[in-house]
Amino acid sequence: MKTPPFLDLDAIIDDPGTRIVVCCGSGGVGKTTTAAALGLRAAERGRSAVVLTVDPARRLAQSMGLTELDNTPRPVTDIEGEGRLHAMMLDMKRTFDEIIEAHADPERARQILTNPFYQSLSSSFSGTQEYMAMEKLGQLRRSDDWDLIIVDTPPSRSALDFLDAPERLGRFLDGKLIRVLMLPAKAGGRSAFKLFNAGFGIVAGALTKLLGAQVLKDLQTFVSALDAVFGGFRARAEQTYRLLQAPGTAFVVVASPERDAMREASYFVERLAEERMPLAGLVVNRVHRSPASMLSGARSTAAAEDLESRGEHELTSAVLRLHAGRMQLAAREQREEEHFVSAHPTVPVARVPAMSQDVHDLEGLREVGRLLAAR
Amino acid sequence: MRARDTDWDGVRLHVVTGKGGTGKTTVAAALALALAAGGGKVLLVEVEGRQGISRVFDLPPLPYEERKIAVAPGGGDVYALAIDAEEAMLEYLELFYGMRRAGRALSKIGIVDFATTIAPGFRDVLVTGKTSEAVRRKGKDGRRVYDAVVLDAPPTGRIARFLNVTNEVAGLARVGPIKNHADLVNGVVSSPETAVHFVTLLEEMPVQETLDGLRELRAAGLPPGGIFINMIRESLLPAQILEAAAEGRFDPSELALGLKAAGLADGGSAAVAVAEALSEEIAEHAHRTELERQERLALDEAARPRYDLPLLADGVDLAGLYELAESIRNQGAA
Repeated sequence: MKTPPFLDLDAIIDDPGTRIVVCCGSGGVGKTTTAAALGLRAAERGRSAVVLTVDPARRLAQSMGLTELDNTPRPVTDIEGEGRLHAMMLDMKRTFDEIIEAHADPERARQILTNPFYQSLSSSFSGTQEYMAMEKLGQLRRSDDWDLIIVDTPPSRSALDFLDAPERLGRFLDGKLIRVLMLPAKAGGRSAFKLFNAGFGIVAGALTKLLGAQVLKDLQTFVSALDAVFGGFRARAEQTYRLLQAPGTAFVVVASPERDAMREASYFVERLAEERMPLAGLVVNRVHRSPASMLSGARSTAAAEDLESRGEHELTSAVLRLHAGRMQLAAREQREEEHFVSAHPTVPVARVPAMSQDVHDLEGLREVGRLLAAR
Repeated sequence: MRARDTDWDGVRLHVVTGKGGTGKTTVAAALALALAAGGGKVLLVEVEGRQGISRVFDLPPLPYEERKIAVAPGGGDVYALAIDAEEAMLEYLELFYGMRRAGRALSKIGIVDFATTIAPGFRDVLVTGKTSEAVRRKGKDGRRVYDAVVLDAPPTGRIARFLNVTNEVAGLARVGPIKNHADLVNGVVSSPETAVHFVTLLEEMPVQETLDGLRELRAAGLPPGGIFINMIRESLLPAQILEAAAEGRFDPSELALGLKAAGLADGGSAAVAVAEALSEEIAEHAHRTELERQERLALDEAARPRYDLPLLADGVDLAGLYELAESIRNQGAA
């Protein structure tokens, strides 16, 4: 197997030029834990770091000694050394509300906040969460209160949603449909129909049939109120996009050595390259190794069969079977990793061995950090 | 109909959810095979555009069309459908309103962006609506076209919201066609014809999410199904050995003798070195077995039927799927 370059995470978090680390990857691969462990390690190596998570796992909050995480960065105590660490969990509705309140006069803000469409948009999971995560990231970056921000990405249906959703929301709020919906409100009455084109009649009719007249009216009210507040949702999306492309950002793709997770990691790496986003490398989590790798799986199985046929050393043959299973798993995981490495030979890789226990406290997070950094 | 009783007789819609990484799609596919076994006709549906079904069955990407993808043991067919929200909407407009052209026009100006971004509830109504239609569809003979429909659903964290469509669109549409459509979906998913199954691993976070998901489901009045414990590695070692290993009391000397007898180590010192390395492995194994036992105890709280599925050592392939399907049938889940 071709050996990939080593992903030196210590070098990344020690570099004062690194201002943002984004942990991404498919669900269930340990993104959030990786982000928290990197944050802790960075803080204990002298950085002033904040971890922004979207995962509402209580366990993670508890492991950092916090009873719960909310939309405000909370200090994590018992950090060793000179650095400091804060942690927060994205509350997307709160974040969205704050944008509205900051940009609209009280009357208009009230109109927007009570509109049923706003409530659906601001508390739904698809798209908005990604958008608000980016918005929050931008806010944290502009505040300049921390010199390193570590963010994990929302548990989307696919890792790529995270890159697309802000753009999609921006495009939508700026797009054709919105203009169609706005038209009656802006131009007033029937004149709008001529002004646009004949297609509008069909569209308006279809929308009314699909949604019902009341829904359409609510939607129009919402869109015109929102339009007055923003004007340029898309511009905001583009701004966050540029922030991610900046040299101070490092993308860390996280995967487990399973087929689907590695495939998602591959897509993601390719996509980041297309978007000219700075990729730091791949973290392969939960890698199984054997302390007795000097004994191959095949030899183990053969010896177990031998002992079993002779009816001797029952315990030894059971242990040999166990070991053969372990070696088989390790070999399969290695094959999955090889697929990735042969397609992306220049992407640096760090491996983290499977731990027999979940992380429960700062010491557990420290251990994950040590494993992340170890060659 | 088959003569044998299963735990889910009468259920026609099997919704399969699970935390990311637990093998939700694999279990949904195996369940579809198991349900079709012995002459049934089963539809396997996916809704998230991931093309997970085609990967599991090693097929080219599936179109928005019901097509036969596998034959079940003992005769029986599995059909698959990858639901695309945009296509589902166009179909819906045409079916209910005869609006083909208007549908295209809507799609062009970004109504799908609308459905997926501003109001994801609408998207969910469209995909669950299509699934419900397949569940209730009848042939010319007046019987249901599919004996069962298996839905590879969104992950545990979103499942209650996804299925509870009436509630989701209630704030948006109090009356009107969307509301009616949502009510129809609700009639199917909250009936005894539906069961929502959870896939989990014997690890802390997936178990916690399963328990949370079941709680949310019950609160939403949706019918909970069984718990599929996936990727189980059987323990080959006797309990007292595991106990000793967990407490660091395992004595490798007997193991060293066994290794020598098996011809795996020439000199005495080599045998001891290998035996010591192996006992480290045994200790890890013992530790994990103990954790798994605790997670099983935690799952007792849910009081749901449970099914154990083995870890496929060579990864998931077609042969592995059939193996899982057989295991599902043997345990009475199908």
